[in-house]
Amino acid sequence: MIEMLKILFAVIILFGALLSVLSAIGIVRLPDVYTRNHAVSKSATLGVLSILLGTFLYFWIIEGYMNFRVILGFVFLFMTSPVAGHLISRAAYNSKVPLWEKSVRDDLKDKDKHAKKLSQ
Amino acid sequence: MLLQLVLNIFIAVSWMFISNSYDFGAFFGGYLIGLFLIFILRRSFSHRFYLINLWAVIKLILIFFRELILSNYSIMKVVVNPKLDVKPGIFAMPTELKKDWEIMTLSNLITLTPGTLVVDISDDKKILYIHAMDIQDVDEAIDSIKNSFEKAIMEVSR
Repeated sequence: MIEMLKILFAVIILFGALLSVLSAIGIVRLPDVYTRNHAVSKSATLGVLSILLGTFLYFWIIEGYMNFRVILGFVFLFMTSPVAGHLISRAAYNSKVPLWEKSVRDDLKDKDKHAKKLSQ
Repeated sequence: MLLQLVLNIFIAVSWMFISNSYDFGAFFGGYLIGLFLIFILRRSFSHRFYLINLWAVIKLILIFFRELILSNYSIMKVVVNPKLDVKPGIFAMPTELKKDWEIMTLSNLITLTPGTLVVDISDDKKILYIHAMDIQDVDEAIDSIKNSFEKAIMEVSR
């Protein structure tokens, strides 16, 4: 039973590591700031979350030591990383970083016109 | 909602004083009694019974986790796929939410949805500008966001 639980926690931690590797590959492969931000703000979040979760469960169930700081880190990361992704892409847009040339549409370019149209 | 919660804790503390025992068991018993009293008197409050709001919050958190896992799956598919055949773009989505925290929660949820990321919010807080990894059908994406997230958030703040 203990061995099986250990294997389960190892799988959770390895899954997190795999997600982090894939998001790093995403940073290299994807074409522009915005699509790279997709890979970072999603995959890295869940990757680190599952590494923390695996660590917490291992120390709780196998070693009998419950550390709530890990859970707190979990919650903080979960709240802050989408905000960071938003702020980075907003700063990039405001400093006129271009979108990838194959992008199909850009509603933010004519922001004022758009706002007027929708408010009518 | 906050008023009912504070009242419930007040009743629990009163119950501790009445039964003259100061431990967690007494507090919990008093809390259950207070919950029952507030449920009986629910029509005299201006908001609805607050456990319904609590349930809506729990549902919102479950949606959050489900979307996080789904979005990771879709991003993984794009990254691993040898051909990069995505059509990214920015589209505008009007929102009906008014309060700041509601808009913040909505944009956090959108950022963690499959393939969408909030780039900007208009100055009058009525339009969200969303960068999508793969624009196939904008209206469909807007509809799905509206139906799942906006409804869940409205359910919390009603």
